[in-house]
Amino acid sequence: MTYVKDGASLERSKTDDPMVPDLYEVKSLLRELDDTFTLTVSLPGQMEQFRFSPGQFNMLYKFGVGEVPISISGDPGATGELVHTIRNVGPVTDAMSYLRPGDMIGVRGPYGSSWPVEAAVGKDVVIVAGGIGLAPLRPAILHCLNHRDQYGDLVLYYGARSPSEMLYEREIERWRRRGLHVEETVDHAEPSWTGHVGVVTHLIDRGDFHPDKTLAFVCGPEIMMRYAVQALTDSKVPDTQIYVSMERNMKCALGFCGRCQYGPVFICRDGPVFPYQKIAPYMKTREI
Amino acid sequence: MSEALSDAKAKSPKYALNRAMLGELIELLSKEGHQLIGPQREDGTIVLNPITSLEDLPVGLEDEQDSGRYRLKSIAPDDARADSLFQTTVGPQSWRRYLFPPRQTLWKARRNGAGWEIDADAEATPKYAFIGVRSCDLTAIAVQARVYDNGDYTDPGFTARLGAAFIIAVNCTRAADTCFCASMDAGPAAREGYDIALTELAAPGGEVWFVAEVGSRRGADLLEAVGAGPAGAELVAAGEAAVAATARAMTRSIPADAAALLQRNPEHPHWADIAARCLGCANCTMVCPTCFCSTMEDVTSLDGQEAARLRHWDSCFSLDYSYIHGGPVRRDVKSRCRQWMTHKLSSWHEQFGTSGCTGCGRCITWCPVGIDITEEIAAFAKYQTTEIREEA
Amino acid sequence: MIKGLEHVLDVHPIFAGMDQETRHLIAGCGKNVVHEPGDYFIREGDEANVFYLIRHGRAALEVHVPGREPIVIATAGENEVLGWAWLTPPYRWHFDVRAVEQIRAVSIDAVCLRAKCKADPAVGFAFYKNFTPLIASRLDATRLQLIDVYGQPKAAPEPELESGPPAKPAPPKPADPQ
Repeated sequence: MTYVKDGASLERSKTDDPMVPDLYEVKSLLRELDDTFTLTVSLPGQMEQFRFSPGQFNMLYKFGVGEVPISISGDPGATGELVHTIRNVGPVTDAMSYLRPGDMIGVRGPYGSSWPVEAAVGKDVVIVAGGIGLAPLRPAILHCLNHRDQYGDLVLYYGARSPSEMLYEREIERWRRRGLHVEETVDHAEPSWTGHVGVVTHLIDRGDFHPDKTLAFVCGPEIMMRYAVQALTDSKVPDTQIYVSMERNMKCALGFCGRCQYGPVFICRDGPVFPYQKIAPYMKTREI
Repeated sequence: MSEALSDAKAKSPKYALNRAMLGELIELLSKEGHQLIGPQREDGTIVLNPITSLEDLPVGLEDEQDSGRYRLKSIAPDDARADSLFQTTVGPQSWRRYLFPPRQTLWKARRNGAGWEIDADAEATPKYAFIGVRSCDLTAIAVQARVYDNGDYTDPGFTARLGAAFIIAVNCTRAADTCFCASMDAGPAAREGYDIALTELAAPGGEVWFVAEVGSRRGADLLEAVGAGPAGAELVAAGEAAVAATARAMTRSIPADAAALLQRNPEHPHWADIAARCLGCANCTMVCPTCFCSTMEDVTSLDGQEAARLRHWDSCFSLDYSYIHGGPVRRDVKSRCRQWMTHKLSSWHEQFGTSGCTGCGRCITWCPVGIDITEEIAAFAKYQTTEIREEA
Repeated sequence: MIKGLEHVLDVHPIFAGMDQETRHLIAGCGKNVVHEPGDYFIREGDEANVFYLIRHGRAALEVHVPGREPIVIATAGENEVLGWAWLTPPYRWHFDVRAVEQIRAVSIDAVCLRAKCKADPAVGFAFYKNFTPLIASRLDATRLQLIDVYGQPKAAPEPELESGPPAKPAPPKPADPQ
């Protein structure tokens, strides 16, 4: 059978062959940073069927170049389009950075586990993000802000390399106004920067939250996550209440290709979001 | 496999058939549109090829296998087994090359004005008849069936090819030195997943007889169609005795606590010892009947108008396998050895509720430096025992 | 002595484990200071005879590079301790420190404290014990900044195989739930 742009059916491709993507139309490409852009795509007439949970990812395919797993960074409460913030780190993401409105990409998904935003109802949520790690957390932040009255304190600790490499800068101001307490820190800065300079773990050390009634969501480079988890644990957040989002090579997202194995877990199916406790032993094993 | 008999199977009679009847049977399968695949001598080994008749099978041959060694030899003419068809055990190939081919085109796409469209026209599902599937390999097929139908997602190709296949299993009446299916509870007798299971017996005069067990209605129908009669008690007993003797003849084994042993020892110094010998060549994973790892390849036509996604077998021993932007995660051969062996014998249980090893012994035979998974696991067990003793 | 300073000393963790007499002594060495935004109140290489308890505002630790803008390598804010150079020879500041916002702080004269530490090992131990985590966390943070965790990962060189065929080079493919 032939899948064409307008005739593509989410249902059909899922039951037939999970490796066959649906074709989405590029709506916009917004340059966020030198090496990072936000791609918004849509599948007219089909989007209302697309439901995802914060933290899940899609497999995005660029014609002839390849396919990569990219976390969804859009608002889980909004339908009509799919939003991905993508960092240009290789040939596929590089090719995607040249997409223009009207172009088409292949989309499979959503896949994987999600941030436990339901389990966090009635609790404080401490979100620790590093660099591009803010992108997979954005749906969780938006979900919590959309249901602001269901949560206690909402805190974002965001670390980036330098002030010019901070993602979603203007939007963070809007989040502040909607009731998110944001603290930002950078590794180094020019004198004009008035915020924190230092590592994100330092914000946790001096943080003001109730560890026993806190759920912590952590996403960033793996080293940063290891240290952030330590800082959270030092601040008396039980490790059963810390969640991390992991990253490994991935080719199928279905559990077939084997590449994303991390100890006995498949990051694609069991993750990418894990309770820290579940993967703590593998985080401590080198080259696992 | 065809519709299973389940309860009826236990009550179903065992059939006796001779070589001519078996020949007729596979001819019938061929006429029904099955492509016959069976063991065949090629390049000094036994490979799984399309065959047309029993003559293509390795008649009168047996294999000698040891770590890093494989030889075929003729059975002496005065040996009662001289006309036997199934005296070679397993060769370097397994049935996964037919159920999940080493190279598959997933889909093609072509540009269409401003956009492009996908042509997912799948090739027609081949209808195979597998002749001579050993118990270890039947187990491997079942193991892979869990991988490719994992509760959330199904690989339609694997599932369709397996569903369409007619499977004639062979209970082993001979073990290679590298065989250890008995310790993996995967043989040498076929238990399920077949249409017909044969036990090959050579009468003193040299005539070859088969005791046939039926696993499906179609298997029974075919046996009836070629005039196979009920097997006498003596023949059945001889078959069972031969298979039981095969189990007893196996000298290699994997300890029952292998999964826990490896789970406890990700940093064991013996990994470095294995890595010092391992070439990282990936042979063990290529010959393994349960290995399922794959990678994708994207190709485009020169004019950029057409693209295709290909999937081919991959191995956890390749550096590229663990690549994340920046570099491979498992840089050291040691960590790749650990991934392979721990996955096979330990994490597979957590992932799929079964071992990833069926005791076929292929990884032992085809390792160019003779690394023997049964010896390596024994080394872990031994160090472990010493440690416990020292503590006591 | 400043009114209320002893109370500050009572609750600040940097003085944990010190007796009343020592706290009284420290309070005697303290004075309130205010630095306006842009003020450099510490210069690299100067003698370090003081440390600060920041009560309000933020200070930036800078490295001066001729011909370039200064590089801010750390900040210290409310309730944080600024300065440990007074504790260890050669008692010299390692960075320039600038007030990012107006800073109100307690500055504590360290010359008399050093003498006290020498004379009374129990007090010396308490100071070293309470300041060491501060030094260690600065060191840890510096290491993390050195790794440049958020930077674009550079392609790692191929690991060398001790024997056997050369490994297949890994093409630069991204694979990343970002």
